[in-house]
Amino acid sequence: MCNSNSNEQTALTAPDKKIVRALQEDFPLCEEPYKILAERAGIDEEKFLERVKDFLREKKIRKMGAVLQHRTAGFKSNALCVWNVPPEKLLEVAEIMSAHSAVSHCYDRNPAPNWNYNLYTMIHAKSREECDAIIAELSKLTGITNFQALYSKKEWKKTAMKYFDDEPSTNDE
Amino acid sequence: MELSSFDKSLLNLLQGSIPVCRRPFAELANRLGAEENFVLERVRRLKAAGYLRRIGTFFNSDNLGYRGTLVALEVQPSEICAVAEAINNYNEVTHNYEREGKFNLWFTLLTPTVEREGKILSEIRSLRGVEDMINLKSNQKFKINVQFKLQ
Repeated sequence: MCNSNSNEQTALTAPDKKIVRALQEDFPLCEEPYKILAERAGIDEEKFLERVKDFLREKKIRKMGAVLQHRTAGFKSNALCVWNVPPEKLLEVAEIMSAHSAVSHCYDRNPAPNWNYNLYTMIHAKSREECDAIIAELSKLTGITNFQALYSKKEWKKTAMKYFDDEPSTNDE
Repeated sequence: MELSSFDKSLLNLLQGSIPVCRRPFAELANRLGAEENFVLERVRRLKAAGYLRRIGTFFNSDNLGYRGTLVALEVQPSEICAVAEAINNYNEVTHNYEREGKFNLWFTLLTPTVEREGKILSEIRSLRGVEDMINLKSNQKFKINVQFKLQ
């Protein structure tokens, strides 16, 4: 839906890559944050603001804004719930699940051998019991009864991607 | 730190968007009927107190030419720590979670080319203790925007 695009659209020029690199660093909490970002990119502020607006229009940037800690809103439990949905019902089921406020992410994914799940939802709630109740509700709403709730045991990594990072990965020999 | 009703309004606005203009916090202040300096002070406090996971730019990786995937591994429990740490070393891995179930380690991978993705996955597949790996490509993202309305 929102990610069909051709490669022509995605080619970024060297100055655009500089803008992306500047934008992915900490957003300055001061009166003129874009001026500082523009300086980092070595571009005039006016031009920089125009390009940011272009990127928003072209959906290279999904949003300029903030994401809350889930805990802030009282969400202490999260489950990745995977569903086995008949392909012809996928869109309809995805729409019902996406409409639920406890669902933060909803993706389709290709099934794998011995893993027939094709719809993935992230569910947030105040407790595991509440998560389970929401999953039961989603199951009832959609009629999908073949699913698994995968609760997280440990967060090993959660970071923002560094795009066009010239530093080679540490795993590169 | 307790959230005031002003903080909640501010967080709800910030989750929606930061204006793209010379003085974005002045514009937010204007909408909230407050002073620019007061808004900046509150945002800094909220960030320092850990209420904001991230503030700034959220890219759509597909439209920057990157390809993303979710990978699940079945790892011997005794090796899970070493495998998780090896995976974390890749800059291309943004999320890595241990979960309950047969597939007990789940990570997301973003790469500029299919070759790079293949190379990383084959390196990870050959780590000691990795017994199975599934690469779960997505075709359609139905919902990706995480917003919580505070009241």
